[in-house]
Amino acid sequence: MREKPFSKFQVLSNVIMIIWTILVILPFLLLLVSSFTDENTLVANGYSFFPAKLSAAAYVYIFRSGTKILKAYGISILVTLIGTVINVALSAMMAYPLSLEKLPGKNGMNFFVFFTMLFNGGIVPSYLMWTGIFHIKDTLAAQLLPNLLLSAWNVMIIRTYFKTSIPDSLYEAAEIDGASQFTVFSKIALPLGKPILVTVATFAGLGYWNVWTNGLYFIVKNKDLYNVQNLLNQMVSNIQYLASSTNSNVTSAAAAIPSTAIQMAIAFVAILPIMLVFPTFQKYYSKGLTLGGVKG
Amino acid sequence: MDADRAGEANVKSKAAKFKRYLPLYLMFLPGAVYLLINNYIPMAGLVVAFKQYNVRKGLFGSPWIGFSNFKFLFSTPDAMVITRNTILYNAAFILINTVLGIIFAIFICDTIHKKMQKVYQSAILFPYLMSAVILSYIVYAFLSQSTGMMNKSILPLFGRDPVNWYSEAGYWPFILIFTNTWKGIGYGCLIYISAINGIDPTYFEAAELDGATKWQQIRSITLPTLSPTIITLTLLSVGRIFYSDFGLFYQVPRNSGTIYSTTNVIDTYVYRGLMQQSNVGMSAAAGFYQSIVGFAIVLIANFIVRKFSKENALF
Repeated sequence: MREKPFSKFQVLSNVIMIIWTILVILPFLLLLVSSFTDENTLVANGYSFFPAKLSAAAYVYIFRSGTKILKAYGISILVTLIGTVINVALSAMMAYPLSLEKLPGKNGMNFFVFFTMLFNGGIVPSYLMWTGIFHIKDTLAAQLLPNLLLSAWNVMIIRTYFKTSIPDSLYEAAEIDGASQFTVFSKIALPLGKPILVTVATFAGLGYWNVWTNGLYFIVKNKDLYNVQNLLNQMVSNIQYLASSTNSNVTSAAAAIPSTAIQMAIAFVAILPIMLVFPTFQKYYSKGLTLGGVKG
Repeated sequence: MDADRAGEANVKSKAAKFKRYLPLYLMFLPGAVYLLINNYIPMAGLVVAFKQYNVRKGLFGSPWIGFSNFKFLFSTPDAMVITRNTILYNAAFILINTVLGIIFAIFICDTIHKKMQKVYQSAILFPYLMSAVILSYIVYAFLSQSTGMMNKSILPLFGRDPVNWYSEAGYWPFILIFTNTWKGIGYGCLIYISAINGIDPTYFEAAELDGATKWQQIRSITLPTLSPTIITLTLLSVGRIFYSDFGLFYQVPRNSGTIYSTTNVIDTYVYRGLMQQSNVGMSAAAGFYQSIVGFAIVLIANFIVRKFSKENALF
């Protein structure tokens, strides 16, 4: 580029970044290899990049007798889809009025949204409200409603996008033509705002896909409502229970199903959808839009 | 007469104006209702810290008990430990993510091939998108007592005895800081990268013609250009110094009780009080303490950002 290739500094920086890149990839590779490792080999030799014996038993188990696991994926997919659609719809509808300079009361409305980014009541009152007033414990609503349905951050970045990328003259022209506010929103703002709406959809989708706290707090008895993250979380404590048990029957029963390899397989499958949306994230973050996006 | 008519017109235009804007307010409404429920009711619900919580009487109906919950909280050594852990971990995270983030950004911007830049950028960002549960699985594959790679493969290489990682508190500051860096370095780093890419390349060319070394270029071109970004990002993190990543501190140490002295932070303490010990009062007091002090710090940090660079302040 700027100078002759391979200056000392460039060699150094490439070497260090290659080492870091390997450091990032290796753990994921370990996860993948372990999911294909024979359970007895794994228990005897530990996690390894070069296991003595490979096996697809974990994946066979998941698809043959893993009804609980498949159900958890079903919940994850369902909640992610519904949650993302509602999140984007609510955010866009909230952001559009805030992007219009002339709307009376806009400042107050802005503050109402923005303040939730500065101050929050924390988990105790939130938990007591959702369980005591709205009774969402052990319902699908528990996976959907708390915290993830709308974030002020998303509203703010959509608003800023509308404001800076869509010229007012376009709106004025539409209004002169007698279009209603809602038509202007759906026919002009939404199509033009597509890039930011896709970005927000990936944020919201990732939030729902990765959430484990809602299940931890609100799914207590009805474990059919566990998503993949909750299932993995539950398997952690079960393994710990097995490990701490001195009862040999329990241990041998556990050895019969490839539990460790299954955990790694579930974890690996849970990562795959993230790879799908990763390019969108990268595009957003690389533009450095994260700062200043909330103001304006 | 005329005044009447003008008044009438005024009312009419006001009504017309309202009618014109009504759809916009209606669009705003559903989201506002959600924020009211999800965010504002819990803010009001912070008063529960001053109450003797009773399930039947609920969040707002339980009787007042003044500062008892706080007296109880601050009479235990826990209050000190969780405050110390929260602040020290965050301070370490801020320091490392800033310094290493800048170093990596400079490295990544100086690679020869654009393609490699893309690879590095993907590598540093990808772990950022993992859930804490997945993160804990990854860490466990290395640190498990009986099957982890550290105890089974790496420590024997150096002739060292296996370590019971999940019950020895002394190792956790290092483990958590390393895990946090591995996961979170990409976020700030990408912002620094875009700032460096925004620098006019002729500055570097001129510096090179004058015989400036790489280090001199970094010191007198790159770092000064980055400084507003550095200050802003740092102060934004400082504003959140009273909050921690619940997932990192709950999932990665696998909720192991023997290492609480170095893994317990305000967020995990509040969770355990509420869900595992059903000690709503103390948990609520700790949560109130976090919300109020946290809010004050956000305001102070923002005030300082405004002094440095107004356009980067949050408000």
